[in-house]
Amino acid sequence: MARLAKSHLPEFSVEVYQNEFLPEGGREVNAVVTVTATGGGTTGGMPLTAVGTADGGRPDAAVVLMVDCSGSMDYPSEKMRAARQATAAAIDTVRDGVSFAVVAGTHVAREIYPGNGGLAVADQFTRRDAKESLRRLTAGGGTAISSWLRLTDQLLHSQDVAIRHGILLTDGRNEHEKPATLLDTLGDLSGRFTCDCRGVGTDWEVEELTRISSAFLGSVDIVADPSGLEADFRSMMETAMGKEVADVGLRLWTPQNAEVVFLKQVAPTVEDLTARRTEAAPRTGDYPTGSWGDESRDYHLCVRVPSASVGDEMLAARVSLVLGQPDGGVSVLAQGLVRAVWTDDTAASTRINPQVAHYTGQAELAQMIKQGLEDRKAGNLDSATAKLGRAVQLANASGNENTAKLLAKVVDVVDAARGTVRIRPGVTEADEMTLETRSTKTVRVKK
Amino acid sequence: MPQLTACPICAEPCEPDDHYCGGCGVELAALAGNAPPHGSAARRAGPPGGGRGPVPSSAVRTVPAPPGARGTGPAAPGAADPRGTAGVRRSPAPAPRGHPDRTCVSCHTGGIDNDGYCENCGHAQPRERDHMERELEGVAGVSDRGLRHHRNEDAFQVSATILPSGAPAVAAVVCDGVSSATRPDEASAAAAEAATDALLDALESGADPQRAMHDALLTAAEAVAALSDGPSRDYNAPACTCVSAVAAPDAVTVGWIGDSRAYWIPDDRVDPRRLTEDDSWAARMVSAGLMSAADAYADERAHAITGWLGADAVEIDPHTLSFRPEGPGVVVVCTDGLWNYAESAVELAAAVPPDARTDPLRSARHLVGIALDGGGHDNVTVAVLPFPPAAGRGTEPAAPRP
Ligand SMILES: [Zn+2]
Ligand SMILES: [Zn+2]
Repeated sequence: MARLAKSHLPEFSVEVYQNEFLPEGGREVNAVVTVTATGGGTTGGMPLTAVGTADGGRPDAAVVLMVDCSGSMDYPSEKMRAARQATAAAIDTVRDGVSFAVVAGTHVAREIYPGNGGLAVADQFTRRDAKESLRRLTAGGGTAISSWLRLTDQLLHSQDVAIRHGILLTDGRNEHEKPATLLDTLGDLSGRFTCDCRGVGTDWEVEELTRISSAFLGSVDIVADPSGLEADFRSMMETAMGKEVADVGLRLWTPQNAEVVFLKQVAPTVEDLTARRTEAAPRTGDYPTGSWGDESRDYHLCVRVPSASVGDEMLAARVSLVLGQPDGGVSVLAQGLVRAVWTDDTAASTRINPQVAHYTGQAELAQMIKQGLEDRKAGNLDSATAKLGRAVQLANASGNENTAKLLAKVVDVVDAARGTVRIRPGVTEADEMTLETRSTKTVRVKK
Repeated sequence: MPQLTACPICAEPCEPDDHYCGGCGVELAALAGNAPPHGSAARRAGPPGGGRGPVPSSAVRTVPAPPGARGTGPAAPGAADPRGTAGVRRSPAPAPRGHPDRTCVSCHTGGIDNDGYCENCGHAQPRERDHMERELEGVAGVSDRGLRHHRNEDAFQVSATILPSGAPAVAAVVCDGVSSATRPDEASAAAAEAATDALLDALESGADPQRAMHDALLTAAEAVAALSDGPSRDYNAPACTCVSAVAAPDAVTVGWIGDSRAYWIPDDRVDPRRLTEDDSWAARMVSAGLMSAADAYADERAHAITGWLGADAVEIDPHTLSFRPEGPGVVVVCTDGLWNYAESAVELAAAVPPDARTDPLRSARHLVGIALDGGGHDNVTVAVLPFPPAAGRGTEPAAPRP
């Protein structure tokens, strides 16, 4: 079990945004729940010595870097070179005392550093040795990502630490194992560590890598140009070093005979957690949220409750952030209440909460991009035009400028407000994959 | 099997086989943890339609008592006349009355969580403010959540004091939180308390009652404005109405802002009067001669108020009035939760029980009951002040009655 870095646990707070009023017979309750963790170490670029430390003052974290060394990494050869440089930069960012390892991934997984079946503890000497060993990162062989993940899991669990994190870099498809093997691996390992994924070039599959990052509650992104890898790896490692607490669960209580329609993380990215529920107690389920540093995330909850009389009030959901304890119980870090109040005041019951409306739009935006790009690939241009047009309209209306810019590289925008677009010929694969990978990135409500 | 000897809500004595309270109508069986498995608690014993499904009972089982100073809770059983008791001039806050079982009044299955919701079905449990009754000798008030609102945003205070002349005086303050504002329940509670304190201080120091009333309303408005946590232009700042009445041996004085009202109901029921003039859209239309009263009050804008207490009030303009009744009677002060069901003074006079002056609590309960029987579409609060004030003449001390 993960241990707590007790004295450095961030403080969690929960805010609930909703219109609690339902009309007579109304059953569906929507709320946006903002969870914020503060008091951790990633503030203002200050030294992070206090962060994630075990009782001895040593950082209580472990990181494993998985670097794709399949044959394709040599075409062009600068890809392998960039991967080595990026890995070296990431190693430089590992804080003193953090346990780490480097794994080379092909159709098998190979320990590159430290190579003794365990982890090294970062200091100036181990970091230097690790960087030197990167010379042994050479291209040749296939791609079987399950083997990389299983070795990483072994290494991360060779020490008793609070935070376990992986970083996975690949340039191609998971060609040398059956898709079912990868799915089984994700099922076995999800929840045992968190993992960020990066695809370099354009020969990898967005859906495949997204499935991996989702399973491990990490980020996914494209690094179309290998020269961008170094900066990206450094920032990914800095984020990982900022994590304070792992295995935080979102615990949801709902009333008897209620149904959780969905629970999605909606900021900073859209991540549907509905199917990831594990029952914790009667009417109570836990959803994984991974590890937290100083950060804030939004969740959109939709619950269908039994109807009640006008004038009645019901607790539609209690949202708690919980952390497992060594004795098998949990401690509640923060909680918020989602209410339902039945009224005959139609002005009250028809009002839509701005946060709920905003994130409903952001989720639709991600979906329109995904479906629009699928339609485009399948040659259904009319449908693709309509969906990408709707996406442009939503991105524009919600102020999601980054997504709007990515969309404008894939379609010609005629009228953003109306969502009128034309499919653009000759779109580069990199632009299309960038849009696809980043389609789930959201912006918060304009205040 | 637990047996109740008195209603936990209103202290009305009851017999072991009573199913509903004769005072407030709550389902006693549910309170005693003795509800039939499929029975739905009725809020009131009354004609069909007057009750509703899952309902409240005693909030004191789940909610801790408020700070004593606030005193918006139901009167403790047999609250005695506090006059003469050093430092006490208002009806005391109730002691928390625990209940042996903390089982949901809606599903009769779940326990109650710390936030006052059922752990099984999620239904909010009754709160202290859902039904409040307070009585001092010679003045009483009753407030109820009604049947269509999820909380009671009305608040009231009743009080009794001795003027410097040695004469007795009683006062009542009734406030109605503006639902579209934030925290209307806090606004009404703050206004009722601030107005009462200011009024009693002024009266006890010999101030002219009309002046005292005017200043008390300004003080209450400040208290409500202080609840706003934004700049004063905060559109949704907490807000409420306020109506107040003082009955002294020589005069009745009323003061108000908003559309809560005061009526004069003489013992002989001849020529009852409405004493207040609403700060409302409808009243403005009528007084400006632009619409007939019937048309104005039928308009959906009728209840839009043009005066209120709150940080976003355009101006605070207290209205006051003093008069000397020719004979005995009662002053009824109330929120629109009542007068929507008995608008004119004549209608209201017909609804006030004949013994209102000697039993103001029963009258207040009865008038609240009329609003609930009529549909209880809003929170309803009623206070009844006998004139001349009791002064120990002929009025029984407040006590449980059969
Ligand atoms: Zn009762
Ligand atoms: Zn229940």
